[in-house]
Amino acid sequence: MKVLYFAWFRDRIGMAEEEIDLTGADKLTVRDFIHDLAGRGDGYATAFEDMNVVHVALDMQEVDHDTIIGGASEIAFYPPFTGG
Amino acid sequence: MVRVQTEDFDPGAELDNLVAARTDVGASVSFVGHMRARNEDRVVETMTLEHYPGMAEKALSEIEAEAHKRWPLQASTIIHRVGPLKPGDRIVLVITASAHRQAAFEAAEFLMDWLKTKAPFWKKESGPEGDSWVSSRSTDEDAAQRWTASGKSD
Repeated sequence: MKVLYFAWFRDRIGMAEEEIDLTGADKLTVRDFIHDLAGRGDGYATAFEDMNVVHVALDMQEVDHDTIIGGASEIAFYPPFTGG
Repeated sequence: MVRVQTEDFDPGAELDNLVAARTDVGASVSFVGHMRARNEDRVVETMTLEHYPGMAEKALSEIEAEAHKRWPLQASTIIHRVGPLKPGDRIVLVITASAHRQAAFEAAEFLMDWLKTKAPFWKKESGPEGDSWVSSRSTDEDAAQRWTASGKSD
């Protein structure tokens, strides 16, 4: 699955995107996946330390942390929007 | 019509395009957001707008469709710039056109309130003190919420 990081997620993790093989995505929630990512190293742990500001989109549709990842081909992590 | 672009836009030309050859528009409202050289107590030399390509256009189109559902609009335009911007530069343009002014005014305000909180754009400020990502403001969230809370706007 394609994993995208925007704004300070990208800065902290040190890359804009990566490809991660997911097994059991039909049972895996966004929250489970965040937990896995946070265990990958310092940058990840810092990026995901405050779950209140971790926003997520599956295939460009914003979802909450309890959503099952299922057949999505792209997941994006980003802070609250500040455009306009 | 929704566009995300790095280049500047011409608000007058966009308005002319929108109402060109139409005779059913009695009112149009244009809003332009500009970059300020100061945010709270910080000096800002450059502001860089980042977006999620694909999702940004999709979110803006959905917000625009929602405005057309809520108000009798004849036409609308949303243009959001991305990339590095300097103080005074234009950031965003919203134009609404309707038969009467109330719908045009209200829909323009709605579009701005919703796009600030529901479309994937992020601002980074750079100045003498370094770079920092702009935090979301609860006042923006409140402004967006008033269109969903019970009341005349819902």
